[in-house]
Amino acid sequence: MKTQNKGGAVKWLLVAVSAFFLIVMLILPLVYVLITAFREGIQPFLAAVTDPYALKSIQLTLEATVFAVIINTIFGLFAAWSITKFQFRGKKVISTLIDLPLTVSPIIAGLIYVLTFGRQSFLYPYLKAAGISIIYAVPGIVLATIFVTFPFISREIIPVLTAAGTDEEEAAALMGANGWTIFRRVTFPHIKWALLYGIVLCTARAMGEFGAVSVLSGHLRGKTNTMPLYIELLYQGYDFTGAFAMSAILVVMAVCILILRNVFEYRGKKNEE
Amino acid sequence: MEKKYYVEMRGVNKSFGSFQASKDIHFGIEKGKLIGLLGPSGSGKTTILRMLAGLETEDSGDILIDGNIVNHIPASKRGIGFVFQNYALFRYLTVYENIAFGLRVQKWPKAKIKARAEEMLQLVGLEETAKRYPNQLSGGQRQRIAFARALAPEPQLLLLDEPFAAVDAKVRQELRSWLREMITRVGVTSIFVTHDQDEAIEVADEIIVTNQGRIEQIGSPKEIYRNPQTPFVAQFIGQSAEVDNFRQFTGFTNAESNAERAIVRPEYITVAKQGEFLKYSLDAEEGVVEQTAFRGNEIELKIRLKGNLLTARRLLDDAPVEVGEHVRVFISRVYAFDEQKAYVIENAALNTQESLVI
Ligand SMILES: Nc1ncnc2c1ncn2[C@@H]1O[C@H](COP(=O)(O)OP(=O)(O)OP(=O)(O)O)[C@@H](O)[C@H]1O
Ligand SMILES: [Mg+2]
Repeated sequence: MKTQNKGGAVKWLLVAVSAFFLIVMLILPLVYVLITAFREGIQPFLAAVTDPYALKSIQLTLEATVFAVIINTIFGLFAAWSITKFQFRGKKVISTLIDLPLTVSPIIAGLIYVLTFGRQSFLYPYLKAAGISIIYAVPGIVLATIFVTFPFISREIIPVLTAAGTDEEEAAALMGANGWTIFRRVTFPHIKWALLYGIVLCTARAMGEFGAVSVLSGHLRGKTNTMPLYIELLYQGYDFTGAFAMSAILVVMAVCILILRNVFEYRGKKNEE
Repeated sequence: MEKKYYVEMRGVNKSFGSFQASKDIHFGIEKGKLIGLLGPSGSGKTTILRMLAGLETEDSGDILIDGNIVNHIPASKRGIGFVFQNYALFRYLTVYENIAFGLRVQKWPKAKIKARAEEMLQLVGLEETAKRYPNQLSGGQRQRIAFARALAPEPQLLLLDEPFAAVDAKVRQELRSWLREMITRVGVTSIFVTHDQDEAIEVADEIIVTNQGRIEQIGSPKEIYRNPQTPFVAQFIGQSAEVDNFRQFTGFTNAESNAERAIVRPEYITVAKQGEFLKYSLDAEEGVVEQTAFRGNEIELKIRLKGNLLTARRLLDDAPVEVGEHVRVFISRVYAFDEQKAYVIENAALNTQESLVI
């Protein structure tokens, strides 16, 4: 391994730079969040976290996340399936559209929904008549979360399905299997780990979403504040202990998800072999 | 009386976009026969097979199985066994579950599934692999499991897409005779795709030759070999040399038909050294050996004859021939062809007694 020996110095330099960068940019701030949260001991932390508004925001975040993940899992499976298993006009367009949320700023996503469902919209009278409020209410938050997270799951599954091809499905169909049996026994084992991986990414993003949700929420304390919004509110009100306590919870959740993500990625890779 | 066919295609056409992959496909297959679908790469063999199976929808024409039009019957209801070119075994199911899959979806009783799966494993001689996954099998084993999986639900028609393409030459030879024997034993009507003429000639009862989306000729291996109907078949089958004007050879000067060009196969060329006995010696011509090659059980010669390079063979035991040697060459038959048709033309000497040297 001559090249590696020669590149020894360069290699270590690169590793050191990357490590330094990661520590300064990521690890230090995260550790600092945790330290600040517990600076005044465990009592103020618990008090901040068990505050009714705080609990409400945690609940709302979890709700929005669960909805977004469920809906995006279903949507992601359908989209990935139709894009990889069928030939049709407009396939390119659909697969490009799926990526839209990754390129559009979340703020704009929020504004799009305000325009679509808000007072200016032609839909508004009908929604009002039906007693449905979307803007400045929970459904709006769920919608925004779904919008920003919807590429994650299908993007993970599409490459796996493409690589697997359609032969096995065709073989199963020829033996008389129906669509559901084919999915359950032939397709699903292929995409299992990629799907879980996508779900994890989707969850992480859903929990942390700020921009789009911020536009649609209206910041009603105890009603439409998710964790990130609530944290901002506390921060604006100079309640640093509270803000960092809530942040600590988000950080811990993120770390758990990161660990899960690695487990799934590893299992998926092993599965490939 | 019209023959009773088990599988039929009547005037089937199929295009992918602007590319026509099948053009007016017309054929009939009798029950219990093993048919070889032979043609060069891209000639539309797989397309025909996939339309029969219902995996591809024909643009026009009819497909009949057992006398019924099946155009609108989906693949899952046609009851056809299919062996894919790359086998398409279910990666995440064991060998046993692969074979049992079709039986489970067709809701066979538990005990019968077990009995049938074990019977199939035994048939292909791979009982010990039941618990393995497909990626733990060799290419030849996968091929046999794919075959067992396709046969397990007792299909009336078995389609095989290049069943031997993915295994090496030696295993291929073994599997060939194995497959022939299996199919005869099970008695299922079968169609297999190949672009290897030896394979088709050795295994099939009947061969369908395809070229550029059309069927060129249908017939027994012997007919296809001895009596090619189209220029393409004459060139495609056998190891052939093409000559521009076959009338220049003695014995073909007054041949009928307007064809000029012809195919000359090694089987119809006799080569004798000077002084060696040659039956139709008066009609033999002199050629020069340009190349000799050892081919296992025979010697292959390239001989220059009136400007044409022909391929001929001599037995290993015959007196050796040197490069540059002048030899006497007798051509007994050529396949002449024009734009549309191929004609078998025999050397005139074969029909006249005088030229015989007794
Ligand atoms: N789904 C498809 N879309 C577009 N073109 C196709 C499709 N399937 C087949 N073709 C074209 O139709 C022609 C015939 O294809 P087919 O697969 O039937 O050939 P084949 O005789 O089986 O060849 P091979 O021996 O290489 O497998 C080819 O030119 C191929 O490019
Ligand atoms: Mg093919």
